[in-house]
Amino acid sequence: MSIDKPSTSENEPRMGIDEPDMQMLDPRQSQPPRTSQSAHTAGTRARANVRDGLTVRLERLRAFYGDVAQVKGIDLDFHANEVTAIIGPSGCGKSTMVRCINRMHEEIPGAHAEGKVLLDDFDIYDPSVDVVAVRRAIGMVFQKPNPFPTMSVFDNVAAGLRLASRGRGDLHHKVESALRGAGLWEEVKDRLSEPGAGLSGGQQQRLCIARSLAVEPEVILMDEPCSALDPIATLKIEELIDQLKSKVTIVIVTHNMQQAARVADRTAFMLGGELVEVGPTQQIFTNPSDSRTEEYVTGKFG
Amino acid sequence: MNASAHTLDRFSVSAARRRKDRFARGTIVAATGVALVPLVLIVYYLLSKGLSSWSPSFFTTDPTGNTFFASSAIGGIKSAILGTIEIVAIASALAVPLGLGVAVWLVEYGRGSRLAHTVRFFIDVLTGVPSIMFGLFIYIALIVGTGTSYAAYKGAFALALLMLPVVTRSAEVVLLLVPGSLRESALALGAPRWRVIFRIVLPTALPGLVTGVLLAIARAAGETAPLLFTAGATMKTEFGLNGFMNSLPIQIYTDVTSPTTAVVNRAWGAALTLVVMILLLNLAARLLARRSSLG
Repeated sequence: MSIDKPSTSENEPRMGIDEPDMQMLDPRQSQPPRTSQSAHTAGTRARANVRDGLTVRLERLRAFYGDVAQVKGIDLDFHANEVTAIIGPSGCGKSTMVRCINRMHEEIPGAHAEGKVLLDDFDIYDPSVDVVAVRRAIGMVFQKPNPFPTMSVFDNVAAGLRLASRGRGDLHHKVESALRGAGLWEEVKDRLSEPGAGLSGGQQQRLCIARSLAVEPEVILMDEPCSALDPIATLKIEELIDQLKSKVTIVIVTHNMQQAARVADRTAFMLGGELVEVGPTQQIFTNPSDSRTEEYVTGKFG
Repeated sequence: MNASAHTLDRFSVSAARRRKDRFARGTIVAATGVALVPLVLIVYYLLSKGLSSWSPSFFTTDPTGNTFFASSAIGGIKSAILGTIEIVAIASALAVPLGLGVAVWLVEYGRGSRLAHTVRFFIDVLTGVPSIMFGLFIYIALIVGTGTSYAAYKGAFALALLMLPVVTRSAEVVLLLVPGSLRESALALGAPRWRVIFRIVLPTALPGLVTGVLLAIARAAGETAPLLFTAGATMKTEFGLNGFMNSLPIQIYTDVTSPTTAVVNRAWGAALTLVVMILLLNLAARLLARRSSLG
């Protein structure tokens, strides 16, 4: 707990003081107005306390590893409270693109991104933006379930709050509601103090989802969240995605086209670092406008 | 009949491969046995020679310097035990935080940079430097250079220099073993980097870090050379950092060259004491690390 204290200064730029519960629900509220965004901030304040997802808009987004562009200029909208699936063959830049949305791409040595990512009209690549605050608003679930190995089930979920120094208040209540949100509460409520790594693969992945839900993000990015899971665990995650979209905007990268068809409202097809086509899932799978999309979804390549 | 003979032939291990297997296994077992011989002998001699000089007064009296009378008159090793504890504790307090800090920087921040490569190179060089060089360095810098005398804190500095590369290198290896996916998922939760390091990376690496630190402490506690011309040798129990201070390796070093059998036996007793102290420290640290990583 002692290391909680000095963090305040680091959280200040965006979070302000994190005491009342209501403010914690919506980070936008406590965000200090910035020169150019102040008008917009006032606009979002009007919607205060409506806990729902935010729109994400990519404008000319390019992502590099060293000098090599892996994502070559993408314009794409992710609608609020919808599930958008990203499909495409291996190496087409799906994951890289998604990792740009919460600025995780730049964590890789030598990697950087150009262009804009607008979170409800707010450019998260603006030089004044605190990446830490961005990542609290935009959560991420990875390919392989990765609960923190030294922590119990409870601590894994609480970790999100503690790491973001929001661990005060009714921690137990927040952990429970995050676990309920991830559909895991009934299965783990009697083993909260057991190691998180002791759960099954599917439970671990839902634990990771609960962990990111606990910090109450507005957008959740999922990078092939089911690729390491069996069909039943996959089904549970897909049902969960369907429930979660009432609260958050979801972007899911998947190799599994049936999965995209099952969970996504809209689907985007990427090829060679470029966006080929985006549209309602039904349309992408039955009546795509680009011949490459048709070839991919009918299994002629990829 | 024919068919079954055929299958047996197909699935049985040939005589040549059986011989090779037996030879390879035999070599490995023999190598293990040979390696165990000196280990067992060391423990055996330590126990058989050292235990006989142990007595309550052995631990509670200082050496008297009187070596010509009965063994009861030569005194014990109290000053050496306390001196070793004090000098090594100070050396650890200096070297462990510094070494861990360097390792964290190398792995979490400097990774791949030119400065990190340079730092790593010099740490590797330091690891290979003979321990007497650290003593010489302190001797020249803090004793000849300042025109002052031996002092306990100078010995502690020499040991800290010796420990620094060991702590850093072992910690770096362990920190590199922490999966990048853990750092990533913590960062993606909106954790500042320093908190990812304190809450996720260091706790995950804790057992390995403890092992590395213990190795460094054990090595420092057993070093004679860096203390010879930095902390000096004395018989009385001293706590002042500015004066001479006795230590177990120095006590062993002076005792073992004595013509008196009782004094040589005291060296064995002191050696056994040193080994037992390090063993106890090891056990305690491991228990602590296990408890904290589960809690």
